[in-house]
Amino acid sequence: MSGYLITIATIIVINAIVVCGLNVIVGYAGQISLGHAAFFGIGAYSAALLATKAGLSFWAALPLVVTISSVVGLLLGLPSLRVKDDFLAITTIGINFIVEAVFLYIPFFGGALGIGGIPRICLFGLRLKGFSFFLLCLAFLVLVMTACWWFTRCWAGLACFALREDEEAAASVGISPVRFKLLAFVAGTAMAGLGGALYAHYMRFISASDFSFPVSITLLSMLVLGGMGKLWAPLLGAVILGALPEIFRPLVEYRILFYTAILLLMIRFQPSGLLGDESLARKVLAKVVPGGGR
Amino acid sequence: MLLEVEDLHIAYGDIEAVSGVSFGLEQGELVSIIGANGAGKTSILNALMGVVGVKKGRIMFAGKEITRLPAFRRARSGMRIVPERARIFPRLTVHENLLVGAYGLRKKIDLDSRLKWLYGLFPILEKRLGQPASTMSGGEQQQLAIARALISSPGLLLVDEVSMGLMPKLVDGVFDLLYRLNREEGLTILLVEQNAVASLEISGRAYVLETGSLVHQGPADKLAQDPRIREVYLGH
Ligand SMILES: Nc1ncnc2c1ncn2[C@@H]1O[C@H](COP(=O)(O)OP(=O)(O)OP(=O)(O)O)[C@@H](O)[C@H]1O
Ligand SMILES: [Mg+2]
Repeated sequence: MSGYLITIATIIVINAIVVCGLNVIVGYAGQISLGHAAFFGIGAYSAALLATKAGLSFWAALPLVVTISSVVGLLLGLPSLRVKDDFLAITTIGINFIVEAVFLYIPFFGGALGIGGIPRICLFGLRLKGFSFFLLCLAFLVLVMTACWWFTRCWAGLACFALREDEEAAASVGISPVRFKLLAFVAGTAMAGLGGALYAHYMRFISASDFSFPVSITLLSMLVLGGMGKLWAPLLGAVILGALPEIFRPLVEYRILFYTAILLLMIRFQPSGLLGDESLARKVLAKVVPGGGR
Repeated sequence: MLLEVEDLHIAYGDIEAVSGVSFGLEQGELVSIIGANGAGKTSILNALMGVVGVKKGRIMFAGKEITRLPAFRRARSGMRIVPERARIFPRLTVHENLLVGAYGLRKKIDLDSRLKWLYGLFPILEKRLGQPASTMSGGEQQQLAIARALISSPGLLLVDEVSMGLMPKLVDGVFDLLYRLNREEGLTILLVEQNAVASLEISGRAYVLETGSLVHQGPADKLAQDPRIREVYLGH
Protein backbone atom coordinates (compact mmCIF):
# COMPACT_ATOMS: atom_id res chain seq x y z
CA MET A 1 0.00 0.00 0.00
CA SER A 2 1.25 3.46 -0.77
CA GLY A 3 1.84 5.96 2.02
CA TYR A 4 -1.00 8.08 0.74
CA LEU A 5 -3.52 5.27 0.92
CA ILE A 6 -2.29 4.26 4.38
CA THR A 7 -2.73 7.82 5.62
CA ILE A 8 -6.33 7.94 4.40
CA ALA A 9 -7.08 4.48 5.77
CA THR A 10 -5.61 5.34 9.17
CA ILE A 11 -7.66 8.51 9.49
CA ILE A 12 -10.77 6.58 8.43
CA VAL A 13 -10.20 3.96 11.12
CA ILE A 14 -9.55 6.58 13.83
CA ASN A 15 -12.73 8.39 12.78
CA ALA A 16 -14.63 5.11 12.89
CA ILE A 17 -13.50 4.57 16.50
CA VAL A 18 -14.66 8.05 17.48
CA VAL A 19 -17.98 7.62 15.63
CA CYS A 20 -18.53 4.31 17.46
CA GLY A 21 -18.51 6.40 20.65
CA LEU A 22 -21.00 8.81 19.11
CA ASN A 23 -23.15 5.84 18.13
CA VAL A 24 -23.37 4.72 21.75
CA ILE A 25 -24.58 8.16 22.83
CA VAL A 26 -26.84 9.06 19.90
CA GLY A 27 -27.68 5.74 18.29
CA TYR A 28 -28.06 3.52 21.33
CA ALA A 29 -29.18 5.90 24.08
CA GLY A 30 -30.90 8.48 21.84
CA GLN A 31 -29.14 11.51 23.33
CA ILE A 32 -28.40 13.92 20.51
CA SER A 33 -24.83 15.22 20.57
CA LEU A 34 -23.48 17.92 18.28
CA GLY A 35 -20.28 18.33 20.28
CA HIS A 36 -18.59 14.96 20.04
CA ALA A 37 -15.37 16.48 18.67
CA ALA A 38 -14.86 18.05 22.11
CA PHE A 39 -14.30 14.62 23.61
CA PHE A 40 -12.18 13.54 20.67
CA GLY A 41 -10.10 16.65 21.49
CA ILE A 42 -9.98 15.98 25.21
CA GLY A 43 -8.55 12.54 24.47
CA ALA A 44 -6.03 13.94 22.01
CA TYR A 45 -4.91 16.76 24.31
CA SER A 46 -4.62 14.50 27.36
CA ALA A 47 -2.52 12.04 25.38
CA ALA A 48 -0.38 14.83 23.94
CA LEU A 49 0.23 16.47 27.31
CA LEU A 50 0.90 13.21 29.12
CA ALA A 51 3.42 12.28 26.42
CA THR A 52 5.19 15.63 26.02
CA LYS A 53 4.99 17.10 29.53
CA ALA A 54 4.81 14.03 31.76
CA GLY A 55 6.92 11.85 29.51
CA LEU A 56 4.54 8.91 29.73
CA SER A 57 4.45 6.33 26.97
CA PHE A 58 1.24 5.94 24.98
CA TRP A 59 0.50 2.69 26.78
CA ALA A 60 1.10 4.09 30.27
CA ALA A 61 -0.99 7.15 29.44
CA LEU A 62 -3.85 5.31 27.70
CA PRO A 63 -5.78 4.30 30.85
CA LEU A 64 -5.45 7.87 32.11
CA VAL A 65 -6.53 9.34 28.78
CA VAL A 66 -9.61 7.15 28.63
CA THR A 67 -10.43 7.94 32.27
CA ILE A 68 -9.99 11.69 31.79
CA SER A 69 -12.17 11.66 28.68
CA SER A 70 -14.93 9.69 30.31
CA VAL A 71 -14.86 11.68 33.57
CA VAL A 72 -15.11 14.92 31.62
CA GLY A 73 -17.75 13.21 29.50
CA LEU A 74 -19.65 12.35 32.66
CA LEU A 75 -19.47 15.93 33.95
CA LEU A 76 -20.42 17.47 30.63
CA GLY A 77 -23.06 14.77 30.20
CA LEU A 78 -24.86 16.02 33.30
CA PRO A 79 -26.71 18.72 31.32
CA SER A 80 -28.26 15.97 29.22
CA LEU A 81 -30.14 14.90 32.32
CA ARG A 82 -31.93 18.21 32.50
CA VAL A 83 -32.47 19.12 28.87
CA LYS A 84 -33.81 17.19 25.89
CA ASP A 85 -33.92 17.29 22.12
CA ASP A 86 -33.17 20.71 20.62
CA PHE A 87 -31.96 22.11 23.95
CA LEU A 88 -29.57 19.20 24.31
CA ALA A 89 -28.35 19.77 20.76
CA ILE A 90 -27.59 23.41 21.54
CA THR A 91 -25.98 22.54 24.87
CA THR A 92 -23.63 20.07 23.21
CA ILE A 93 -22.70 22.65 20.56
CA GLY A 94 -21.89 24.98 23.44
CA ILE A 95 -19.71 22.34 25.06
CA ASN A 96 -17.79 21.96 21.81
CA PHE A 97 -17.11 25.72 21.56
CA ILE A 98 -16.08 25.98 25.21
CA VAL A 99 -13.66 23.07 24.99
CA GLU A 100 -12.18 24.42 21.77
CA ALA A 101 -11.77 27.85 23.38
CA VAL A 102 -10.04 26.32 26.40
CA PHE A 103 -7.52 24.61 24.11
CA LEU A 104 -7.06 27.78 22.11
CA TYR A 105 -6.75 30.41 24.83
CA ILE A 106 -5.21 28.68 27.83
CA PRO A 107 -1.41 28.61 27.48
CA PHE A 108 -1.16 25.27 29.29
CA PHE A 109 -2.80 23.69 26.24
CA GLY A 110 -0.37 25.27 23.86
CA GLY A 111 -2.65 28.12 22.79
CA ALA A 112 -2.86 28.89 19.11
CA LEU A 113 0.33 26.97 18.44
CA GLY A 114 -1.15 23.70 19.65
CA ILE A 115 1.04 20.89 20.88
CA GLY A 116 3.84 19.46 18.77
CA GLY A 117 6.60 16.92 19.21
CA ILE A 118 4.25 14.12 20.22
CA PRO A 119 6.28 10.92 20.05
CA ARG A 120 5.38 7.87 18.01
CA ILE A 121 3.85 4.87 19.72
CA CYS A 122 6.25 2.04 20.54
CA LEU A 123 5.16 -1.57 20.69
CA PHE A 124 7.60 -4.40 21.52
CA GLY A 125 10.47 -1.99 20.92
CA LEU A 126 9.05 -1.14 17.51
CA ARG A 127 8.23 2.46 16.61
CA LEU A 128 4.90 2.27 14.87
CA LYS A 129 4.42 4.26 11.70
CA GLY A 130 2.70 3.81 8.38
CA PHE A 131 1.22 0.40 7.96
CA SER A 132 2.06 -0.89 11.45
CA PHE A 133 0.34 2.12 13.02
CA PHE A 134 -2.65 1.47 10.78
CA LEU A 135 -2.78 -2.11 12.07
CA LEU A 136 -2.71 -0.84 15.65
CA CYS A 137 -5.66 1.46 14.94
CA LEU A 138 -7.48 -1.39 13.26
CA ALA A 139 -6.93 -3.58 16.34
CA PHE A 140 -8.43 -0.85 18.52
CA LEU A 141 -11.37 -0.52 16.15
CA VAL A 142 -12.02 -4.25 16.44
CA LEU A 143 -11.87 -3.90 20.22
CA VAL A 144 -14.28 -0.95 20.24
CA MET A 145 -16.70 -2.61 17.83
CA THR A 146 -16.63 -5.78 19.91
CA ALA A 147 -17.47 -3.70 22.97
CA CYS A 148 -20.35 -2.09 21.07
CA TRP A 149 -21.59 -5.45 19.87
CA TRP A 150 -21.51 -6.80 23.40
CA PHE A 151 -23.27 -3.68 24.67
CA THR A 152 -26.18 -4.16 22.27
CA ARG A 153 -26.64 -7.66 23.59
CA CYS A 154 -26.56 -7.07 27.32
CA TRP A 155 -29.23 -5.73 29.69
CA ALA A 156 -27.62 -2.29 29.87
CA GLY A 157 -27.82 -1.99 26.10
CA LEU A 158 -31.46 -2.99 26.07
CA ALA A 159 -32.13 -0.44 28.81
CA CYS A 160 -30.49 2.27 26.68
CA PHE A 161 -32.56 1.29 23.64
CA ALA A 162 -35.74 1.47 25.70
CA LEU A 163 -34.70 4.88 26.96
CA ARG A 164 -34.11 6.06 23.40
CA GLU A 165 -37.53 4.83 22.32
CA ASP A 166 -39.60 6.28 25.15
CA GLU A 167 -38.02 7.69 28.28
CA GLU A 168 -41.20 7.73 30.38
CA ALA A 169 -42.21 4.22 29.41
CA ALA A 170 -38.67 3.02 30.17
CA ALA A 171 -38.72 4.66 33.60
CA SER A 172 -42.10 3.02 34.21
CA VAL A 173 -40.55 -0.43 33.92
CA GLY A 174 -37.74 0.38 36.32
CA ILE A 175 -35.01 1.79 34.08
CA SER A 176 -33.21 4.75 35.63
CA PRO A 177 -32.87 7.38 32.90
CA VAL A 178 -30.05 9.13 34.77
CA ARG A 179 -27.98 6.02 35.17
CA PHE A 180 -28.17 4.86 31.58
CA LYS A 181 -27.76 8.26 29.98
CA LEU A 182 -24.60 8.75 32.00
CA LEU A 183 -23.45 5.24 31.22
CA ALA A 184 -23.84 5.96 27.51
CA PHE A 185 -21.99 9.27 27.86
CA VAL A 186 -19.13 7.65 29.76
CA ALA A 187 -18.78 4.76 27.29
CA GLY A 188 -19.15 7.02 24.26
CA THR A 189 -16.68 9.65 25.42
CA ALA A 190 -14.17 6.96 26.46
CA MET A 191 -14.19 5.73 22.85
CA ALA A 192 -13.79 9.29 21.60
CA GLY A 193 -10.86 9.71 23.99
CA LEU A 194 -9.19 6.56 22.67
CA GLY A 195 -9.61 7.84 19.12
CA GLY A 196 -8.15 11.17 20.21
CA ALA A 197 -5.08 9.53 21.71
CA LEU A 198 -4.44 7.61 18.49
CA TYR A 199 -4.94 10.79 16.49
CA ALA A 200 -2.46 12.77 18.60
CA HIS A 201 0.25 10.13 18.29
CA TYR A 202 -0.42 9.78 14.58
CA MET A 203 -0.42 13.47 13.63
CA ARG A 204 2.26 14.23 16.26
CA PHE A 205 1.03 17.81 16.18
CA ILE A 206 -2.45 18.88 17.25
CA SER A 207 -4.24 22.19 17.59
CA ALA A 208 -7.64 23.38 18.74
CA SER A 209 -9.13 23.61 15.26
CA ASP A 210 -8.72 19.85 14.81
CA PHE A 211 -11.60 19.48 17.27
CA SER A 212 -13.87 22.33 16.28
CA PHE A 213 -17.63 22.24 15.73
CA PRO A 214 -17.39 21.34 12.00
CA VAL A 215 -15.56 18.17 13.06
CA SER A 216 -18.55 17.25 15.24
CA ILE A 217 -20.79 17.75 12.21
CA THR A 218 -18.52 15.52 10.17
CA LEU A 219 -18.62 12.79 12.80
CA LEU A 220 -22.41 13.02 13.04
CA SER A 221 -22.73 12.93 9.24
CA MET A 222 -20.74 9.70 9.18
CA LEU A 223 -23.02 8.15 11.77
CA VAL A 224 -26.24 9.31 10.14
CA LEU A 225 -25.06 8.16 6.72
CA GLY A 226 -24.23 4.70 8.03
CA GLY A 227 -27.37 4.43 10.15
CA MET A 228 -27.75 5.46 13.77
CA GLY A 229 -27.72 2.58 16.21
CA LYS A 230 -26.23 0.10 13.72
CA LEU A 231 -23.01 -1.69 14.62
CA TRP A 232 -21.30 -1.24 11.24
CA ALA A 233 -22.57 2.29 10.63
CA PRO A 234 -19.52 4.13 12.06
CA LEU A 235 -17.12 2.22 9.82
CA LEU A 236 -19.30 2.49 6.72
CA GLY A 237 -19.88 6.21 7.27
CA ALA A 238 -16.21 6.90 7.97
CA VAL A 239 -15.13 4.98 4.86
CA ILE A 240 -17.57 6.71 2.52
CA LEU A 241 -17.11 10.23 3.84
CA GLY A 242 -13.38 9.73 4.23
CA ALA A 243 -12.84 8.33 0.75
CA LEU A 244 -15.19 10.48 -1.35
CA PRO A 245 -13.23 13.74 -1.06
CA GLU A 246 -10.08 11.83 -2.04
CA ILE A 247 -11.76 10.34 -5.08
CA PHE A 248 -13.39 13.60 -6.14
CA ARG A 249 -10.65 16.05 -5.35
CA PRO A 250 -12.76 19.21 -5.89
CA LEU A 251 -14.81 18.12 -2.88
CA VAL A 252 -11.87 18.76 -0.54
CA GLU A 253 -12.45 22.50 -0.73
CA TYR A 254 -16.10 22.12 0.10
CA ARG A 255 -15.74 19.25 2.53
CA ILE A 256 -17.89 20.69 5.32
CA LEU A 257 -20.55 21.86 2.91
CA PHE A 258 -20.63 18.36 1.44
CA TYR A 259 -20.86 16.70 4.87
CA THR A 260 -23.61 19.04 5.97
CA ALA A 261 -25.52 18.39 2.76
CA ILE A 262 -25.20 14.62 3.32
CA LEU A 263 -26.44 15.05 6.88
CA LEU A 264 -29.49 17.06 5.84
CA LEU A 265 -30.32 14.84 2.87
CA MET A 266 -30.07 11.68 4.93
CA ILE A 267 -32.22 13.10 7.72
CA ARG A 268 -34.80 14.21 5.16
CA PHE A 269 -34.91 11.13 2.93
CA GLN A 270 -33.26 8.22 4.72
CA PRO A 271 -33.33 8.94 8.43
CA SER A 272 -32.45 5.37 9.32
CA GLY A 273 -29.23 5.52 7.26
CA LEU A 274 -27.74 3.16 4.69
CA LEU A 275 -27.88 0.25 7.11
CA GLY A 276 -31.33 1.15 8.44
CA ASP A 277 -34.09 -1.45 8.29
CA GLU A 278 -36.15 0.51 5.78
CA SER A 279 -33.29 1.96 3.77
CA LEU A 280 -33.14 2.20 -0.01
CA ALA A 281 -29.68 0.63 0.00
CA ARG A 282 -31.01 -2.42 1.79
CA LYS A 283 -33.94 -2.76 -0.62
CA VAL A 284 -31.63 -2.51 -3.63
CA LEU A 285 -29.27 -5.01 -2.05
CA ALA A 286 -32.16 -7.36 -1.34
CA LYS A 287 -33.12 -7.26 -5.06
CA VAL A 288 -29.60 -7.83 -6.33
CA VAL A 289 -28.45 -10.44 -3.83
CA PRO A 290 -31.11 -12.82 -2.54
CA GLY A 291 -31.14 -12.43 1.22
CA GLY A 292 -28.80 -9.45 0.94
CA GLY A 293 -31.29 -7.17 2.60
CA ARG A 294 -30.62 -8.71 5.96
CA MET B 1 -53.79 -0.08 52.51
CA LEU B 2 -51.57 -0.91 49.57
CA LEU B 3 -52.10 2.45 47.94
CA GLU B 4 -53.28 5.58 49.65
CA VAL B 5 -53.73 8.93 47.93
CA GLU B 6 -54.39 12.05 49.96
CA ASP B 7 -55.49 15.41 48.62
CA LEU B 8 -53.75 14.95 45.28
CA HIS B 9 -53.37 18.06 43.11
CA ILE B 10 -51.90 17.92 39.62
CA ALA B 11 -51.34 20.97 37.44
CA TYR B 12 -49.92 21.63 33.99
CA GLY B 13 -48.69 25.19 34.20
CA ASP B 14 -51.65 27.21 35.37
CA ILE B 15 -54.22 24.59 34.49
CA GLU B 16 -55.18 22.44 37.42
CA ALA B 17 -56.18 19.05 36.03
CA VAL B 18 -56.75 17.27 39.34
CA SER B 19 -57.84 19.18 42.43
CA GLY B 20 -57.70 17.43 45.74
CA VAL B 21 -58.42 13.80 45.10
CA SER B 22 -58.23 11.21 47.90
CA PHE B 23 -58.73 7.48 47.53
CA GLY B 24 -57.14 4.16 48.33
CA LEU B 25 -56.80 0.52 47.40
CA GLU B 26 -56.52 -2.49 49.66
CA GLN B 27 -54.29 -5.37 48.69
CA GLY B 28 -56.16 -7.65 46.29
CA GLU B 29 -58.81 -5.13 45.22
CA LEU B 30 -59.88 -4.27 41.71
CA VAL B 31 -60.99 -0.64 41.68
CA SER B 32 -61.91 1.56 38.77
CA ILE B 33 -62.06 5.28 38.22
CA ILE B 34 -64.52 6.30 35.56
CA GLY B 35 -64.89 9.73 34.04
CA ALA B 36 -65.38 11.64 30.82
CA ASN B 37 -62.69 12.94 28.45
CA GLY B 38 -60.38 15.33 30.20
CA ALA B 39 -61.63 14.48 33.67
CA GLY B 40 -58.08 13.83 34.82
CA LYS B 41 -57.91 10.03 34.84
CA THR B 42 -54.64 9.72 32.95
CA SER B 43 -53.14 12.52 35.03
CA ILE B 44 -53.88 10.59 38.22
CA LEU B 45 -52.40 7.33 36.95
CA ASN B 46 -49.31 9.10 35.62
CA ALA B 47 -48.84 10.85 38.92
CA LEU B 48 -49.10 7.51 40.71
CA MET B 49 -46.47 6.04 38.40
CA GLY B 50 -44.31 9.13 38.83
CA VAL B 51 -44.10 10.33 35.25
CA VAL B 52 -46.15 13.43 36.04
CA GLY B 53 -45.31 15.70 38.96
CA VAL B 54 -47.58 16.26 41.93
CA LYS B 55 -48.38 19.84 42.90
CA LYS B 56 -49.73 19.03 46.31
CA GLY B 57 -50.77 15.97 48.26
CA ARG B 58 -49.37 12.64 49.32
CA ILE B 59 -49.07 9.18 47.81
CA MET B 60 -48.36 6.15 49.99
CA PHE B 61 -47.51 2.77 48.47
CA ALA B 62 -46.94 -0.38 50.51
CA GLY B 63 -46.49 1.62 53.67
CA LYS B 64 -43.97 4.10 52.26
CA GLU B 65 -44.41 7.62 51.03
CA ILE B 66 -43.56 7.76 47.32
CA THR B 67 -44.83 11.25 46.42
CA ARG B 68 -41.40 12.46 45.27
CA LEU B 69 -39.90 9.14 44.26
CA PRO B 70 -38.77 8.88 40.61
CA ALA B 71 -40.80 6.59 38.37
CA PHE B 72 -38.14 3.92 38.00
CA ARG B 73 -37.98 3.45 41.78
CA ARG B 74 -41.74 3.02 41.96
CA ALA B 75 -41.50 0.43 39.21
CA ARG B 76 -38.77 -1.33 41.16
CA SER B 77 -41.04 -1.54 44.17
CA GLY B 78 -43.62 -3.42 42.14
CA MET B 79 -45.83 -0.83 40.49
CA ARG B 80 -46.53 -1.20 36.77
CA ILE B 81 -48.64 0.73 34.30
CA VAL B 82 -50.35 -0.14 31.05
CA PRO B 83 -50.15 3.40 29.70
CA GLU B 84 -52.74 5.19 27.62
CA ARG B 85 -52.18 4.28 23.95
CA ALA B 86 -49.86 1.41 24.97
CA ARG B 87 -46.54 3.25 24.47
CA ILE B 88 -44.64 0.15 23.49
CA PHE B 89 -41.01 0.64 22.41
CA PRO B 90 -41.60 0.96 18.66
CA ARG B 91 -38.24 -0.05 17.18
CA LEU B 92 -37.61 -2.85 19.64
CA THR B 93 -38.91 -6.28 18.76
CA VAL B 94 -41.88 -7.78 20.54
CA HIS B 95 -39.51 -10.06 22.40
CA GLU B 96 -37.28 -7.17 23.46
CA ASN B 97 -40.32 -5.23 24.65
CA LEU B 98 -41.22 -8.14 26.89
CA LEU B 99 -37.65 -8.46 28.16
CA VAL B 100 -37.49 -4.76 29.00
CA GLY B 101 -40.61 -5.33 31.07
CA ALA B 102 -38.64 -7.82 33.15
CA TYR B 103 -35.72 -5.44 33.52
CA GLY B 104 -34.02 -5.16 36.90
CA LEU B 105 -36.31 -7.40 38.88
CA ARG B 106 -35.01 -8.08 42.36
CA LYS B 107 -37.00 -11.23 42.86
CA LYS B 108 -35.91 -14.01 40.59
CA ILE B 109 -38.59 -14.92 38.13
CA ASP B 110 -38.44 -17.82 35.79
CA LEU B 111 -38.43 -15.77 32.61
CA ASP B 112 -39.19 -18.70 30.34
CA SER B 113 -42.21 -19.91 32.23
CA ARG B 114 -43.43 -16.33 32.57
CA LEU B 115 -43.12 -15.83 28.81
CA LYS B 116 -44.91 -19.08 28.14
CA TRP B 117 -47.76 -18.01 30.39
CA LEU B 118 -48.01 -14.68 28.52
CA TYR B 119 -48.00 -16.42 25.12
CA GLY B 120 -50.91 -18.46 26.43
CA LEU B 121 -52.79 -15.27 27.26
CA PHE B 122 -51.81 -13.45 24.06
CA PRO B 123 -51.00 -16.00 21.34
CA ILE B 124 -50.35 -13.25 18.79
CA LEU B 125 -47.24 -12.15 20.68
CA GLU B 126 -45.53 -15.47 20.25
CA LYS B 127 -46.15 -15.38 16.51
CA ARG B 128 -44.64 -11.88 16.23
CA LEU B 129 -41.67 -12.20 18.58
CA GLY B 130 -38.97 -11.05 16.18
CA GLN B 131 -40.95 -8.25 14.59
CA PRO B 132 -40.50 -4.56 15.48
CA ALA B 133 -43.30 -3.64 17.86
CA SER B 134 -44.25 -0.64 15.71
CA THR B 135 -45.46 -3.01 13.01
CA MET B 136 -48.11 -4.47 15.32
CA SER B 137 -51.68 -3.26 15.00
CA GLY B 138 -53.07 -0.91 17.64
CA GLY B 139 -54.91 -3.71 19.39
CA GLU B 140 -51.86 -5.95 19.31
CA GLN B 141 -49.78 -3.15 20.80
CA GLN B 142 -52.28 -2.91 23.66
CA GLN B 143 -51.83 -6.61 24.31
CA LEU B 144 -48.06 -6.19 24.23
CA ALA B 145 -48.29 -3.33 26.72
CA ILE B 146 -50.33 -5.51 29.07
CA ALA B 147 -47.87 -8.37 28.71
CA ARG B 148 -44.92 -6.03 29.27
CA ALA B 149 -46.48 -4.97 32.55
CA LEU B 150 -47.51 -8.46 33.63
CA ILE B 151 -44.17 -10.14 32.97
CA SER B 152 -42.76 -8.64 36.17
CA SER B 153 -45.67 -10.01 38.26
CA PRO B 154 -46.38 -6.56 39.68
CA GLY B 155 -47.76 -5.79 43.12
CA LEU B 156 -50.02 -3.08 41.76
CA LEU B 157 -51.17 -2.78 38.18
CA LEU B 158 -52.36 0.58 36.85
CA VAL B 159 -54.38 0.25 33.67
CA ASP B 160 -55.20 3.29 31.54
CA GLU B 161 -57.99 2.81 29.03
CA VAL B 162 -57.11 -0.64 27.70
CA SER B 163 -60.34 -0.89 25.84
CA MET B 164 -59.32 1.91 23.50
CA GLY B 165 -58.74 0.59 20.00
CA LEU B 166 -59.64 -2.99 20.81
CA MET B 167 -62.44 -4.78 19.02
CA PRO B 168 -65.41 -5.64 21.27
CA LYS B 169 -64.49 -9.30 21.47
CA LEU B 170 -60.97 -8.40 22.64
CA VAL B 171 -62.30 -5.84 25.10
CA ASP B 172 -64.30 -8.63 26.69
CA GLY B 173 -61.23 -10.84 26.64
CA VAL B 174 -59.00 -8.24 28.27
CA PHE B 175 -61.53 -7.35 30.95
CA ASP B 176 -62.08 -11.01 31.60
CA LEU B 177 -58.32 -11.45 31.93
CA LEU B 178 -58.02 -8.56 34.41
CA TYR B 179 -60.89 -10.03 36.38
CA ARG B 180 -59.22 -13.45 36.53
CA LEU B 181 -55.82 -12.01 37.43
CA ASN B 182 -57.49 -10.20 40.27
CA ARG B 183 -59.65 -13.03 41.58
CA GLU B 184 -57.36 -15.96 40.92
CA GLU B 185 -53.91 -14.48 41.41
CA GLY B 186 -54.81 -11.74 43.86
CA LEU B 187 -53.37 -8.99 41.65
CA THR B 188 -54.31 -5.51 42.85
CA ILE B 189 -55.55 -3.43 39.92
CA LEU B 190 -56.52 0.21 39.49
CA LEU B 191 -58.44 0.60 36.29
CA VAL B 192 -59.16 3.86 34.54
CA GLU B 193 -61.84 3.74 31.88
CA GLN B 194 -64.34 5.56 29.77
CA ASN B 195 -66.00 2.24 29.10
CA ALA B 196 -67.93 2.41 32.34
CA VAL B 197 -70.18 -0.58 31.68
CA ALA B 198 -67.35 -3.05 31.30
CA SER B 199 -65.17 -1.65 34.05
CA LEU B 200 -67.95 -1.48 36.63
CA GLU B 201 -68.84 -5.05 35.80
CA ILE B 202 -65.48 -6.44 36.91
CA SER B 203 -64.62 -3.96 39.69
CA GLY B 204 -65.28 -4.34 43.36
CA ARG B 205 -65.39 -0.62 44.05
CA ALA B 206 -65.34 2.42 41.83
CA TYR B 207 -64.89 6.16 41.86
CA VAL B 208 -66.41 8.71 39.53
CA LEU B 209 -64.14 11.57 38.50
CA GLU B 210 -65.52 14.84 37.16
CA THR B 211 -63.21 17.66 36.09
CA GLY B 212 -60.51 16.80 38.56
CA SER B 213 -62.63 15.85 41.57
CA LEU B 214 -64.09 12.59 42.79
CA VAL B 215 -67.84 13.08 42.93
CA HIS B 216 -69.13 9.57 43.69
CA GLN B 217 -67.69 6.44 45.15
CA GLY B 218 -68.92 3.08 46.32
CA PRO B 219 -69.31 -0.59 45.44
CA ALA B 220 -69.26 -0.96 41.68
CA ASP B 221 -72.61 -2.74 41.47
CA LYS B 222 -74.28 0.02 43.51
CA LEU B 223 -72.79 2.71 41.27
CA ALA B 224 -73.92 0.82 38.20
CA GLN B 225 -77.50 1.04 39.55
CA ASP B 226 -77.28 4.74 40.48
CA PRO B 227 -79.60 6.67 38.15
CA ARG B 228 -77.33 9.75 38.05
CA ILE B 229 -74.38 7.65 36.92
CA ARG B 230 -76.44 5.56 34.56
CA GLU B 231 -77.60 8.70 32.84
CA VAL B 232 -74.16 10.26 32.37
CA TYR B 233 -71.82 7.30 31.95
CA LEU B 234 -73.89 4.34 30.96
CA GLY B 235 -76.04 6.15 28.44
CA HIS B 236 -79.44 5.17 29.83
N1 LIG C 1 -49.21 17.66 29.26
C1 LIG C 1 -50.30 18.43 29.46
N2 LIG C 1 -50.22 19.78 29.36
C2 LIG C 1 -51.29 20.55 29.56
N3 LIG C 1 -52.50 20.08 29.89
C3 LIG C 1 -52.66 18.77 30.02
C4 LIG C 1 -51.56 17.87 29.81
N4 LIG C 1 -52.00 16.62 30.01
C5 LIG C 1 -53.31 16.73 30.33
N5 LIG C 1 -53.70 18.01 30.33
C6 LIG C 1 -55.05 18.52 30.66
O1 LIG C 1 -55.44 17.98 31.89
C7 LIG C 1 -56.79 17.58 31.85
C8 LIG C 1 -56.91 16.13 32.25
O2 LIG C 1 -56.30 15.33 31.25
P1 LIG C 1 -56.21 13.75 31.37
O3 LIG C 1 -55.38 13.27 30.24
O4 LIG C 1 -55.78 13.39 32.73
O5 LIG C 1 -57.72 13.34 31.16
P2 LIG C 1 -58.38 11.91 30.98
O6 LIG C 1 -59.42 11.80 32.03
O7 LIG C 1 -57.35 10.85 30.96
O8 LIG C 1 -59.06 12.03 29.57
P3 LIG C 1 -59.30 10.93 28.42
O9 LIG C 1 -60.47 10.13 28.81
O10 LIG C 1 -59.58 11.72 27.20
O11 LIG C 1 -58.05 10.12 28.32
C9 LIG C 1 -57.29 17.89 30.46
O12 LIG C 1 -58.00 19.10 30.51
C10 LIG C 1 -56.05 18.04 29.63
O13 LIG C 1 -56.22 18.98 28.62
MG1 LIG D 1 -56.73 9.51 29.56
